[in-house]
Amino acid sequence: MQAFDLLQPTDTGEALKLIAQTQDAAFIAGGTNVVDLMKCGVTSPSTLVDITRLPLDSIEVNSKHIRIGALVRNSDVAQHPDVIESFPMLSRAFLAGASPQLRNMATVGGNVLQRTRCPYFRDPAAACNKRHAGDGCDAFEGYHRMHAILGTSDACFATHPSDAAVALVALDAIVDIQSSSGSRRISLDEFYTLPGETPAIENDLKPGELIVAIEIPRGRAHRHSTYLKVRDRASYEFALVSVAAGLEFDGDRIDAARIALGGVGTIPWRARGAEEALVGTSGDSAYEKAAEIALKHAIPRRDNAFKVELAKRAIVRALEMVRQGQ
Amino acid sequence: MPQLKLKVNGQAHSVELEPNVTLLDALRERLGLVGTKKGCDFGQCGACTVLVDGRRVLSCLSLAMMHANAEITTIEGVATNGSLHPLQQAFIEHDAFQCGFCTSGQIVSALGLLNEGHAHTDGEIREAMSGNLCRCGAYSNILAAVRQEVRRAGI
Repeated sequence: MQAFDLLQPTDTGEALKLIAQTQDAAFIAGGTNVVDLMKCGVTSPSTLVDITRLPLDSIEVNSKHIRIGALVRNSDVAQHPDVIESFPMLSRAFLAGASPQLRNMATVGGNVLQRTRCPYFRDPAAACNKRHAGDGCDAFEGYHRMHAILGTSDACFATHPSDAAVALVALDAIVDIQSSSGSRRISLDEFYTLPGETPAIENDLKPGELIVAIEIPRGRAHRHSTYLKVRDRASYEFALVSVAAGLEFDGDRIDAARIALGGVGTIPWRARGAEEALVGTSGDSAYEKAAEIALKHAIPRRDNAFKVELAKRAIVRALEMVRQGQ
Repeated sequence: MPQLKLKVNGQAHSVELEPNVTLLDALRERLGLVGTKKGCDFGQCGACTVLVDGRRVLSCLSLAMMHANAEITTIEGVATNGSLHPLQQAFIEHDAFQCGFCTSGQIVSALGLLNEGHAHTDGEIREAMSGNLCRCGAYSNILAAVRQEVRRAGI
């Protein structure tokens, strides 16, 4: 790992001032992604601003929403009683990600910002448009079994790796952002940017900005929800396909639906068309139709074409699990 | 060079460290505590697991400078006054290792599991130990050892 300076402010205003004043600086919290990518040689900030001493590590609960400080560790969100009770898909998504050690380190703010696991992105010797615009992409001809089928472009089809972000997108989560010049809020769904011709730009976070919290409204279809993750081994593996699903029933009739997909999109993928197709229906027959709609625009390639059918079946199964209260 | 105070296994240390030194390298190379192993060094194998304030973390992805004032426990701090911890004894009884390289990470990780208190069934123990790889494939005996300690501790 190359040399860098480490700054350790204790209040948020000071941290924002430091990041604005310092050339080539980056924030570090859990470090699970930042340190890893620095060791790979993918990123090389000359200064790290350690934000773990900032007071952003609490969870606030009220009747309208739950507000999770950016520094709350993944494991603490997963085990929070209100998250388990009111947003089960989020607890399950956090528990489906990484390992207990990593979940004890990784923070919520970092989780939504984590970089892709594309092996060509992680290898500075490979061509990658995400690392260096215009270099090309070795994944198209190379190994791309894990790659995305939704939201892809000719420049990049790397998968967004987060489990939790998939549930957060389904739950209409809001990102609370601060900088030295003010604060703003944006929905997590809008926060993510499709790769298009500029895959280096992954989200709406500007230099000098810091995510301070994620807020989740108590919406319909949040309580009866689950997270289904399909992967190559039973645990400690990234998703081939994952589904965050929630349903609200009025008798037999679906009143509200939430579906988001992981492992298949270049960003955590909200399937709004599929949600709309479910509302007003009753019985399982609508599930398959919704799954067809969710994958309608999928672009399969040589090694990842299996994900189209796998995603459809995972959607149907996740919806059945929610209906059966699993 | 910045000075860092580290508290490891109840003992205070003062070391000069560059900010890019990981907690793993600080333990092994600066403090001579080589029980914690460097496997992949990229947060994928679990061999470097230590406890920070009682919680299991990967020392290879932790910067030492970010752990001033923390209580760090390594495998060297698990036995007390020369007596093995019951979990260590369980690993021996169940032959829960072959080459032994992953073992200190397995044991410290299992201590974290016991502190968390969420794993009871075999399935839950397997899931909660999934961050520790064993290339020898001693998993079934590791499971038996951890299960015995979960039962003994009444978790």
